[in-house]
Amino acid sequence: MAAELTQSGAEILLRALKDQGVEVIFGYPGGAVLPIYDALFQQNSIRHILVRHEQAAVHAAEGYARSTGRTGCVLVTSGPGATNAVTGLVDALMDSIPIVCLTGQVPTHLIGNDAFQEADTTGITRPATKHNYLVKRPEDLARVVHEAFYVASHGRPGPVVIDLPKDIVINKAPYTEPTVQHPSYRPRTEPDADQIAKAVALLRGAKRPVIYAGGGVINAGPEASALLTEFARTTGFPITNTLMGLGSYPASDPQFLGMLGMHGTYEANLVMHGCDVMLAIGARFDDRITGRLDAFSQGSQKIHIDIDGSSINKNVAVDIPIVADAGKALAALLAGWKASDAPVDKPALAAWWRQIDVWREKKSLKFTQDMKRGGIIKPQYAIQRLYEITRARKQEVFITTEVGQHQMWAAQHFNFEKPNRWMTSGGLGTMGYGLPAAMGVQLAHPDALVIDIAGEASIQMNIQEMGTLAQYRLPVKIFILNNQYMGMVRQWQELLHGSRYSETYSNALPDFVKLAESYHATGMRAQSVDELDAVIHAMLDCPTAVIADIAVDQAENCFPMIPSGAAHNEMLLGPEHEASGAGITDAGLALV
Amino acid sequence: MPGISDTTQRSATISVLVDNEAGVLARVIGLFSGRGYNIDSLTVAPVDDAGRRSRINIVTSGTSMVIEQIKAQLDRLVPVHRVADLTMDGPHVARELALVKVICTAEQRVEALQIGTSFRARVVDTTLGSFVFELTGATEKIDAFIELMRNLGLAEVSRSGIAALARGTRVI
Repeated sequence: MAAELTQSGAEILLRALKDQGVEVIFGYPGGAVLPIYDALFQQNSIRHILVRHEQAAVHAAEGYARSTGRTGCVLVTSGPGATNAVTGLVDALMDSIPIVCLTGQVPTHLIGNDAFQEADTTGITRPATKHNYLVKRPEDLARVVHEAFYVASHGRPGPVVIDLPKDIVINKAPYTEPTVQHPSYRPRTEPDADQIAKAVALLRGAKRPVIYAGGGVINAGPEASALLTEFARTTGFPITNTLMGLGSYPASDPQFLGMLGMHGTYEANLVMHGCDVMLAIGARFDDRITGRLDAFSQGSQKIHIDIDGSSINKNVAVDIPIVADAGKALAALLAGWKASDAPVDKPALAAWWRQIDVWREKKSLKFTQDMKRGGIIKPQYAIQRLYEITRARKQEVFITTEVGQHQMWAAQHFNFEKPNRWMTSGGLGTMGYGLPAAMGVQLAHPDALVIDIAGEASIQMNIQEMGTLAQYRLPVKIFILNNQYMGMVRQWQELLHGSRYSETYSNALPDFVKLAESYHATGMRAQSVDELDAVIHAMLDCPTAVIADIAVDQAENCFPMIPSGAAHNEMLLGPEHEASGAGITDAGLALV
Repeated sequence: MPGISDTTQRSATISVLVDNEAGVLARVIGLFSGRGYNIDSLTVAPVDDAGRRSRINIVTSGTSMVIEQIKAQLDRLVPVHRVADLTMDGPHVARELALVKVICTAEQRVEALQIGTSFRARVVDTTLGSFVFELTGATEKIDAFIELMRNLGLAEVSRSGIAALARGTRVI
């Protein structure tokens, strides 16, 4: 006979969350989740952060998760609460961020009746999540919560929704302890030894190798990044990072080629194009990386390590697929490399590096800043100064971004030495991600410097979260590169649509200084290059949240750029360069 | 075995063992529609005593790369226990059931009955003006029977989609 049930579903829910190590929930109350909020009110172990919009709750949980490696937790109400969260869920799905999102639901007897604030949340979020649950019986509640955390954080991480009908959280429910194993979901983490041996053999024989590492390395934990660094240094191979992988390898290291892809460096993309052996780790060959697929690195043999088997051979056919955790695979590769006595072609590798140095000489990220008094600030320069000044202060720095030109410039000009310091919306490209993500980061790291590098258009997409910053005294710094345009769209219009700037001018902008002040934060502005450093210093010295409105060159475009549908060797370089990369032939590239 | 880069289209019979829980079929179908894969046929039913596991049989088509991708995508769904490509893993038997209604008179009735006999179809309903044939077999056999009935008053077809198992001692 079962013991008498003494706790409500809401209390059981919170107990399960606590047992899963949840310390912070980002949420917004509503009718269907009132019992959960009532239970939250009566306990002290879990802190609730009240956001101003449910989308922001998910992004905040993403920032929290990405900067800590833990699973982020979200609580929203039924109907519009759940639908507002969907953008955040898809964002977390695309970027493989572990999130558990609790959604309220109308009582079970009303489901399907078009009740007030009813939405088919499991139906809507099925393609927006890694997995989702509708809890229909009290005895399933605790188990489902434990399963959800397991699923969110194991294998390729992702968002999981638990839809909670109101009667389930009101009625008494039994507790079950956390499960250690899932009945069906057991992702493979250990690499196949034979495949590792094949990979080591291929790598040792490489003449023009490259390591291409993505966000999967960061998701595999800081040890994986350390192993990546050790592996690259042991082999002497050049290494490039995806947007999501920045920080998995120290940017200051001479073997680092910078980011690759659409706005990657000249050298990174030409190394990808001209390599003979490619080691892809925790990266998924998406279209922003590959450019035109039929021209992508045709001369290379490819090793692909990914924890998600469906990421392998999805876009690009590879020669040695390895389904495994990035860290475990790197440890095995490193051990295999050290144990092997197969010859390494050192002269070829040295020649490859000489070629890379030639490409590096292009200095594809270079720009010219007019340093005269009153000179217009180049956006790249603003980020470069932000980087240099924050680095000189030796403070722990976390950067989030919105989406667009400023994001790419941040990726290019802010150098990351460690993983989990860079939070950006890569896959979904969600404008409005950066401010709420920064909130989540700041909550997890109260003493760190957290900066949202933003654009004046993106920041307005979740600007209401200024209220959350004020309520919880989160000193997030919002660094707006204000070019009065949706800059990336404007850039495409300039390059591809005859400079017809259809609807991309940021009209009727708010006064960001006053906006900051009305939200109890500090506003500041830099209009010209001579004001920039003082504003950055003032921003960093300010104990409150800050909006720093940096007026930057409106006409500046983000280069290098591989136009969509073009190949890696058809890169557009900026106005600083006389010849663009488009003239380079495959035959020319093969000559190392 | 065709390479991953082979661009010819092939048909694949894929069996998936899943937890018999709410939404699992929607998840599988959503995967196919969301990623633009074909479903030529699909069957699903519980296959264990307790009704906890269901088997989904899917006939799909695509290049080797697409079919490998379909299998990988199915395999990573949380309630999926096993994914087997019966077409690639060795010989298998695949059967479907069809009910075929033919509305005809006079000599067409005799002809339909004779063809039915040669296909080992059973007549499960008859009136003076119609038959309902029941037949099982491989998809091609059922296609052939339906084709023949077209000239003999074919009125309506209901097909089950395929059930499939590997031959011999192999199980998924």
